[in-house]
Amino acid sequence: MESILTIKNLTKKFGYLTAVKDLSFTINKGNVYGLLGPNGSGKSTTLGVVLNVVNKTSGSFHWFNGNITTHNALKKVGAIIERPNFYPYMTGSQNLKLVCKIKGVNYNKIDEKLDVVGLLERKNSKFKTYSLGMKQRLAIASALLNDPEILILDEPTNGLDPQGIHQIREIIKQIAAKGTTILLASHLLDEVEKVCTHVVVLRKGVKLYSGRVDEMISSHGFFELKCKKHEELISFLKNNTSFGNIKTKGDLITAFLNEPLSSEDFNKLLFDKGIILTHLVQRKESLEEQFLQLTDHNK
Amino acid sequence: MLRLLDIEYYKLIHNKASRVLVLIYFILLSLISLFATIKFNIGPIKFHLAELGIFNFPYIWHFNTFVAAQLKFFLLLVIVSMVANEYSNKTIKQNLIDGLSKKEFILSKFYAVIALSLISTLFVFVVSLILGLIYSSYNELSIIFLDLEYLVAFFVKLLGFFSFGLFLGMLIKRSAFAVATMIVLFSVEFISYLVVSGYNKGTDLADTIYQFLPFKSMWNLIDEPGSRLSAVKEVAAQVGEDLSYDYAVHWYEIVIVLGWTALFVFLSYRLLKKRDL
Repeated sequence: MESILTIKNLTKKFGYLTAVKDLSFTINKGNVYGLLGPNGSGKSTTLGVVLNVVNKTSGSFHWFNGNITTHNALKKVGAIIERPNFYPYMTGSQNLKLVCKIKGVNYNKIDEKLDVVGLLERKNSKFKTYSLGMKQRLAIASALLNDPEILILDEPTNGLDPQGIHQIREIIKQIAAKGTTILLASHLLDEVEKVCTHVVVLRKGVKLYSGRVDEMISSHGFFELKCKKHEELISFLKNNTSFGNIKTKGDLITAFLNEPLSSEDFNKLLFDKGIILTHLVQRKESLEEQFLQLTDHNK
Repeated sequence: MLRLLDIEYYKLIHNKASRVLVLIYFILLSLISLFATIKFNIGPIKFHLAELGIFNFPYIWHFNTFVAAQLKFFLLLVIVSMVANEYSNKTIKQNLIDGLSKKEFILSKFYAVIALSLISTLFVFVVSLILGLIYSSYNELSIIFLDLEYLVAFFVKLLGFFSFGLFLGMLIKRSAFAVATMIVLFSVEFISYLVVSGYNKGTDLADTIYQFLPFKSMWNLIDEPGSRLSAVKEVAAQVGEDLSYDYAVHWYEIVIVLGWTALFVFLSYRLLKKRDL
């Protein structure tokens, strides 16, 4: 698989503090990556290093096949980190034109990208008159100008109101659907869960996990069940080796699986036993639950 | 190089404050010509500055570059703010992320410094040429193009001064503080020069040392032109003073200032390279 970014044993120290410790991972083309971690876990520092604004202490990284200087590689990357930074005295489209000049791309994409983020009507307003949500959307438009090989987003919904968060998410989903590689750093897990296929989990600068989201914790998910024959169902589940832990909350039964079992087969099995369900949901642990487990285990 | 210059020009031209300052600067430069119209008619004493010979070729090159150099402060504000604003807007970070290298960033600022210095020099050249052609008593081509080294000195002087501003802007990141620092540094150099020369009267010690310091070296490029005027000389001769001095532009003066320029640009680059943004 074609690699886009390779990080090897990267370490960054700020004085006594080690912000990133011996971090290695690879980003491959076509996947959507989440970079997860609580505040201060080294996400932004890692991105700062690969984006040429923070100096590494040791280790190495390279973009694409490694035959290209970092600043030239960045011309093929679209990135926004933390707050959107633009010239307040220029209009939205003037700011984008400047980005085109720096990246060396044609100006004809400006209107197209402004349309993607819904800012076309305000393109001639000065940047300083924009709301935070509009600033963030302009930043995304700017990151898309060169039709990047990879889009890097650091906390893109930070500080936005619910509508703003929703708009940004929709935009990210659209971009992901087109097959663009995305690296999304966030501490908002449902955000990552909705779009990412792969995750890298950091805590205090140390990598806890990197790989596919669904393999993050080897579990087969669980069933949420409701039924009139409550006691019978519970005793059935307890005697069935497919199930491990069983929790009841009111009339809702949560049964965790020990081995794979489809809801179809399970339903049929119960029906044959004369137990008729009124509620059947098969779920995997949410990323949030997995993430909390992972970070707790490693305390 | 053109790409970097284009980027920098684009940033400047859309900034109203910079536009106004540059405009004021060039208006003031052209106002040098107003010196020509200074006339006093107090009873029997008639005084017309243009007739004192200040617009005579080749003296006009010396006089105009000297006067024009005093206006460089306006452009300093533009230079310092164009650097410091990149920090306060954090656009320097975005520029680097967008694919400008740190070297290119410093170079684009330095190219802007060169361009502004060059345009100022050309402007002064044109204004002086026009004034000279109107008021000069000598209009032979060989005399007109004598002493053009003052324009070279003027260019180098601006280059050194603006590079200093560029470096302070990078170092301090805030326009107002960077300009204040420059004023403080100037005061320190000037006062210590007075002290050193005061303690060493009759020797050249102070000048020998201070010709290597930034402000004094820039000052030395274009010596004060007033004492060269024949009218002033006559008055001095009457009171028994000899004002003759060395007012030429020397190659080593240019080399010293170019040395400072290189150092300032290099230090700006080093600073940006080492810094985490």
